[in-house]
Amino acid sequence: MTDTIAPDAAGDAATETRTPILRARRLVKTFGRVVGLDGVSLELYPGEVLAVIGDNGAGKSTLIKCLTGAEIPDEGEIFLDGKPVHFKRPQDAHAAGIETVYQNLAVSPALDVAANLFLGREVRKKGILGSVFRVVDQKGMRQKAKDELKELGITTLQDVTVAVENLSGGQRQAVAVARAAAFGSKVVVLDEPTAALGVRESNQVLELIKNLRDRGIPVILISHNMPQVFDVADRIHIQRLGKRAATITPESHSMTDAVAIMTGAARA
Amino acid sequence: MSQPTTEPPTSALDLAEEFLDRTTPLSRIRSTLHRYPAISPAIVLVLSVIVFGLLNDRFWNPANLSLITQQVAVVGTLAVAQTLIILTAGIDLSVGAVMVLSSMVMAQTTVQLGVPAVLGIFLGLVVGLAAGAFNGFLVTRLKLPPFIVTLGTLNIFVALTLLYSGGATIRGGEMPELLTWTGETFNIAGVNITIGVLMMLVLYIVIALILQKTAWGRHVYAVGDDPESARLAGIRVNRVLMSVYLAAGAILALGAWIQIGRSNAASPNAGADLNLDSITAVVIGGTSLFGGRGTVWGTLLGALIVGVFRNGLSLAGLDVLWQTFAVGVLIVLAVSIDQWIRKVRK
Repeated sequence: MTDTIAPDAAGDAATETRTPILRARRLVKTFGRVVGLDGVSLELYPGEVLAVIGDNGAGKSTLIKCLTGAEIPDEGEIFLDGKPVHFKRPQDAHAAGIETVYQNLAVSPALDVAANLFLGREVRKKGILGSVFRVVDQKGMRQKAKDELKELGITTLQDVTVAVENLSGGQRQAVAVARAAAFGSKVVVLDEPTAALGVRESNQVLELIKNLRDRGIPVILISHNMPQVFDVADRIHIQRLGKRAATITPESHSMTDAVAIMTGAARA
Repeated sequence: MSQPTTEPPTSALDLAEEFLDRTTPLSRIRSTLHRYPAISPAIVLVLSVIVFGLLNDRFWNPANLSLITQQVAVVGTLAVAQTLIILTAGIDLSVGAVMVLSSMVMAQTTVQLGVPAVLGIFLGLVVGLAAGAFNGFLVTRLKLPPFIVTLGTLNIFVALTLLYSGGATIRGGEMPELLTWTGETFNIAGVNITIGVLMMLVLYIVIALILQKTAWGRHVYAVGDDPESARLAGIRVNRVLMSVYLAAGAILALGAWIQIGRSNAASPNAGADLNLDSITAVVIGGTSLFGGRGTVWGTLLGALIVGVFRNGLSLAGLDVLWQTFAVGVLIVLAVSIDQWIRKVRK
């Protein structure tokens, strides 16, 4: 693999033989006179964890929002599985298989774990109870929720009938991640998943990310935390001043190098 | 967890944390109440029934029990609509006004225009739905706070009612029998139960089942809990809100029909207290004004508590004002308990 996919001018060149599952080409997004994204490209390959790092205002969030339908880019193209996609709202990206775990933990505190996993895509009972009376299959959903958590290796959530508000921060994050990872999603995007968590809970979430990768689900991880990024990422996309400064790997560069590129102290 | 010795498996640690979290009896009570918010109103109802029963023998008189149920029927029905709206973190100050408007439409169309009773009730239902749609439109499309919206529509509906009816009451005797049918009684174990009370109970069962068993019910809770999270989970928040206001409108029309039977008349001045009384029942029933928590069963208990208090205090010979005083104390207590319970949330 090429260690450095240098700036965006060259970013279009096919430096990889694999086909990216998600690909953004020369995205531009401006907010009035402020340029959020200045022709950013990004490739996410199957089965990898791609970290996106960058200083505040470098365009990380805008980039992610464009990829997940929360913002519509002014220019540029996004391809999912090689096909061009045009997301107008988060639901579009959601429907296409891009699941996002938001910083503010989008879970419903009063509902239980299983209900949260299935929120917005409840399974109805078979037969007339489900079709006419629209009764949900509570038992089935709880069982599936248990299976799903087990498969993801989430051992901290034994009881899926507990209301989410009674869980710790790490457990809640696990619920949010499990929801994103379940149901055959193609890409999971995690926005600062450990920002609000303690050390032990952060480690649980990192384990979870590795689990996702091992199951073949590619992950985009936005983070400020360099040690964590270097721990889980296969490749690291460095955003600087609205552009992609470089894409590096933990093997090719040190943390110091990454910070230097991020701040502009060194060139990629 | 004071000594970080060898690291036990994380799950065991988490269990230990959970355990440490709830060691005091008080916090255990709190988390139980948190999980089952209808427990505290149930206790209050049982205690008040016992106390009032001891204070006055006539309390247990079948005729008196029948009276309590009838007094609760209308406000209990309106409170179901109110519960749905409060679960979405809204509030509806116009429920009584909508109910009265709907009842006037039912009565006037049948008596003055001579339309068949079934059609009259249907027209009342249409008015209820239209009022709900109007409230829902203002809340979801214009993004106005429900409190302000319904404060405005309360006045609008009250004025429309008076304009439409000319301020005149229509007596039950003039109406087709179907309209006053909700006031008919039948006897269960010596207690006279009206059709209206029965309708109210069926309504509670139906709405409770819908809230518990359907995806829509979960979405109502999710939207009230945290609308942004619900949206990100793929729930169409505005659609859920709109459906809640429509459902409330339909329930209010049912309340209108029950009201006609209960008072054997349709009066444009009937519902003034009901706007707030329905909120009282919901709040005493343990449903949180902040949305996302509560049950219709709690609301039924809340409505019964208010009914029992008013009845028991008047049997005890206290001034009517003390009834109002007691209800006020109950509201403050209920909200304090809710606040205390919600502290479980970290």
